[in-house]
Amino acid sequence: MVLSRIDWRWFGLKAVAHALALAPALWLLWRAGHDALGADPVAALTHGTGDWALRLLLLCLAMTPLRQLIGRPWPIRFRRLLGLYAFFYASLHLAVYLLLDLGTYWAQLGADILKRPFITVGFTAWLLLLPLALTSTQAMMRRLKKNWQRLHRLVYVAAVLTVLHFWWLVKSDIREPLLYAALLAVLLGWRVFYRRKAAMAGRSR
Amino acid sequence: MPDTRVPAIPASQITPEAVYRRRRELIGVGLASPLLALAGCSEAKAPLAPNLPKDSPDGFRTNDVQTRFADASSYNNFYEFGTGKADPAKTAHTLRTKPWVLVVGGEAEITGGFHLEHLIKEQRIEDRIYRLRCVEGWSMVIPWQGIPLAALLKRFKPTSKAKYVAFTTLADDEQMPGLAYASIDWPYREGLRIDEAMHPLTLLATGMYGKPLPNQNGAPLRLVVPWKYGFKSIKSIVRIDFTEKMPPTSWNTLQPEEYGFFSNVNPAVDHPRWSQATERRIAGTESKLFARRIPTLPFNGYARQVAHLYKGMDLRRWY
Repeated sequence: MVLSRIDWRWFGLKAVAHALALAPALWLLWRAGHDALGADPVAALTHGTGDWALRLLLLCLAMTPLRQLIGRPWPIRFRRLLGLYAFFYASLHLAVYLLLDLGTYWAQLGADILKRPFITVGFTAWLLLLPLALTSTQAMMRRLKKNWQRLHRLVYVAAVLTVLHFWWLVKSDIREPLLYAALLAVLLGWRVFYRRKAAMAGRSR
Repeated sequence: MPDTRVPAIPASQITPEAVYRRRRELIGVGLASPLLALAGCSEAKAPLAPNLPKDSPDGFRTNDVQTRFADASSYNNFYEFGTGKADPAKTAHTLRTKPWVLVVGGEAEITGGFHLEHLIKEQRIEDRIYRLRCVEGWSMVIPWQGIPLAALLKRFKPTSKAKYVAFTTLADDEQMPGLAYASIDWPYREGLRIDEAMHPLTLLATGMYGKPLPNQNGAPLRLVVPWKYGFKSIKSIVRIDFTEKMPPTSWNTLQPEEYGFFSNVNPAVDHPRWSQATERRIAGTESKLFARRIPTLPFNGYARQVAHLYKGMDLRRWY
């Protein structure tokens, strides 16, 4: 029977992960429908979707270090899911900005993307995530072989740009972007540290 | 020390207003066109018809749709109570507004500490309905009650040396949880040139929507300068000083490239990090989710009343 081949334990865990990743979007949507997003709902949606794009991206980047730390492979099973949801929220974020915030002011969009570093940087981050989302399937992974990993290193650039995007938009209270920058620094720093350790272990052998 | 002299610029060097106003369109269209092609649009859409304000001739009352009290009292920039805009409504209950002493100092014949109640008692409370444009790109329309600043200032008999007026917000750790973080070099300070301070549009508000000012809106006494960005309208004032030199102001000190002393609403001068050409108007009872942006007007629509104050000044330099 086909059903018996499904690993129900993983199925359950994945379902929970999907539900958790979708929850913020549903919560935002519910509040938008009930006019419960405060005085400036467009700003609330922009910030809400942007926050979750960044959080999920950092969570996605935490999976590899987690695997290395605990020595078990299961975190990798959630990496693609988290990455795709990060892209999902980044796309919502962009859509809210384009459709709800700018609306018909397309002229301002051109000026914004070119003249506003924080928007340039945010838009670039989304552009970098786009090919990663498009090549996230098993089939693409097989087709691109070694290039797949090279391509997907773009996620580090995208993450740095995303934090920068947040940092550059705040007026004076940098505590929140600073927290995300610190988390990202730990996640990227770990990779450097782990590589060195692996290289040294290789040499001494 | 900021340069306090107002520059004398020959009229010939000033861009004619018509050209000046069109520059934004020209820049916008020019920059946008390659990206518009990307987005599948063949031409830039003309901005919507500007919302020409239907104000009383003195500017005291606008007929623009008003903001709900619930919105105006729950969406505030008052960093002394937290940097989130929903924070002040939650935390400002700790502010003690009675008794409130206002200290007046500097270049005036009468100076000292005064009980606010006594000061206000002798003044006639007037109604104003003003647009409020935040530097962040959103705006509200709020009915205020208060006294013209000029009426109060004149009672202290400012001397001929009084060229500017400086204002200071309360800074008390016990009452203001936001002071624990130095998002600003406390206390918050603002200032006006004396002619701006004496202008009939400049109001010292004690109430809004017919009620005493909520704490989060700057109780018990705040400034309202409708043609300037909202941060000039300093809240919970404890000190007024008449000065000869241009006084330091908080946002200007923090980011001089981004916030000038004058900070008049000006769609043609962008904040370095975002456009000031348009705004999201938070008004009316319907959801603002699909509300369209509206064009920002020079001097926030009060050009007729105040533009003469800046005659001969290059507003790109004196932003």
